[in-house]
Amino acid sequence: MNTVGLTVGLTAERIASALGGIAHESMTMRDGCPSYRIAPEQVIAVMTALRDRAGFDTNVFVTAIDRFPEEPRFTVAWAFLSTTHNDRVRVYTRIPGENPAVATITGLWPGTAYSERECFDMFGIDFVGHTGLKRLLMPDGYDHFPLRKDFPHQGIEPDRLYREWDQRRRDRSPLRSESQA
Amino acid sequence: MSQSTPPGTTRVQGTGATGARTTRTFEYAPGEVDRDDPLHGEFMELNMGPQHPATHGVLRIKVVLDGENMVEVEPVIGYLHRGKEKTCESLGWRKFFVHTDRLDYVQPLMNNCAYAMALEKLGGIPVPERGQTIRVLLMELSRVMAHLIYLGTTSIDLGAVTMFFFTFSERERIYTLLDAYTGHRMNNTYVRIGGMYADIEPEVAREVRKWLDQFPAKIDEFEAMLTGNRIWFDRNRNIGILTVDQCKEWSLTGPNLRAAGMEWDLRKKQPYSGYEHYDFEVPIGTIGDCYDRYAVRVEEMRQSVRICQQALDRLEKTRGAEFISDDRRYVLPPKGLVHSSMEELIHQFKIVTDMALPKGEAYHATESSKGELGFFVASDGTSHPLRCHIRAPGLMNVQAIPVLAEGRLFSDMVSIIGSLDFVMGEVDR
Repeated sequence: MNTVGLTVGLTAERIASALGGIAHESMTMRDGCPSYRIAPEQVIAVMTALRDRAGFDTNVFVTAIDRFPEEPRFTVAWAFLSTTHNDRVRVYTRIPGENPAVATITGLWPGTAYSERECFDMFGIDFVGHTGLKRLLMPDGYDHFPLRKDFPHQGIEPDRLYREWDQRRRDRSPLRSESQA
Repeated sequence: MSQSTPPGTTRVQGTGATGARTTRTFEYAPGEVDRDDPLHGEFMELNMGPQHPATHGVLRIKVVLDGENMVEVEPVIGYLHRGKEKTCESLGWRKFFVHTDRLDYVQPLMNNCAYAMALEKLGGIPVPERGQTIRVLLMELSRVMAHLIYLGTTSIDLGAVTMFFFTFSERERIYTLLDAYTGHRMNNTYVRIGGMYADIEPEVAREVRKWLDQFPAKIDEFEAMLTGNRIWFDRNRNIGILTVDQCKEWSLTGPNLRAAGMEWDLRKKQPYSGYEHYDFEVPIGTIGDCYDRYAVRVEEMRQSVRICQQALDRLEKTRGAEFISDDRRYVLPPKGLVHSSMEELIHQFKIVTDMALPKGEAYHATESSKGELGFFVASDGTSHPLRCHIRAPGLMNVQAIPVLAEGRLFSDMVSIIGSLDFVMGEVDR
């Protein structure tokens, strides 16, 4: 339909004027959602412009794509929704596989905290400035990042944490101290 | 805490959700005792869950209590993490359908539909009108099922035990209908790329209509039990208030956002599966407390009944029409043809072994019973996904628990957890 193309055009125009001088590259997506690639240093500037000047008030998700063994290895993707203009946008940035890091946007949308934690948990991407960046779904003390492409689906030492926990429990057992006494 | 703070006032970082939250002022820090004040004792750290019946699944909540007041609340999740996104990458596009059922396991068909629509968007696969209508019918039945679970479990947590049996017996009737259509009570996996696995029989449609005719009276019964109930009212009114701005900040969507007073329903705003052709209303709340969230969900059930009835009318009109696309790149040929035609056999073999979706990325959002359920799928043009991210509304709902709970009485916790409505299968994935 013609109207769809028209709406996407209007969204793109609004975003372009909001971003102003910030360098961004427009990308074409299969679902027709306006998408932009930006430099990792520009994250805060772009997100602030999107929120304050383009009216994107809700964060939909923060996630990453691992393109191992390509470099730069990780693509971080943010999706936003504007409830006032009824449209969506996606922003991408690519970061290297060595010490992947990108700025947090929890200062702009506190609700991205869990999404960023999950992204850190699964990919090992450091969201600089996130005050509570720790594992979300995997247990504390786990050493690997499961959604990386070089992580096998069968898992790596899946029962190590359980064994350690079990050993600590045995060590604490009163039966043990009695037998030793 | 630090020595510089004046006695009696200590700053505690509300680390519940982010650690990035605004610092709040509480009278004492955890572990501190004011010996002069007989009314204040030591702070207590309490673990609610992961096996607590009121947490609706394996959710653990660490609560720091000052008497009955919750000073700090931190949800701990991941007890049901099964690595669905990783599984999708290793199984391939088609075989992941069965796993979507296990995400939000109280409404499997809704997840099936959401996943299928994301893949259809990525592949540019059209769905015949009858297939879309069956999907709408199933999605609305799923919504009712999920809301019945919400209503039953929340009310049993708040002491209304009878409600649990009322809602679960209705839910059981929907299970029977789904059993008649799909052959399974739960975990149906009946949606396919391009449409549905099978057409809906007229006898089944008749049974659905029979159920729909008597269900509004049941909703009246539920309401008679709860809406004007003094205990229900007192335990929900003015508890856990969420404003529209807070909802946007914390990415809350669905009934939680609508209860706050914003008319935002993806079925109306960004329609899919032909929802624009259905006549229904979007209920909204006034102040966004637990009671509003209850009222919005009850009204949504009534609206779902209306949509189901319209969907059945449309199904009658399109009887005999195609319910699945015939795009042989993605849709399995009918079994009879596979046995008689070489070409169809090749199609079947190709689809089962390595069905590839075009290179690119797509995101499709649907209005699930908990909020915006979306699948973000990225393909590199091979048979296995590059990435399949599940945007689970339940995760955002769990994240909002500290926002609502901190600073309130511990007894409100159960109302808050219940009214935010999440299912751990979807939160942990």
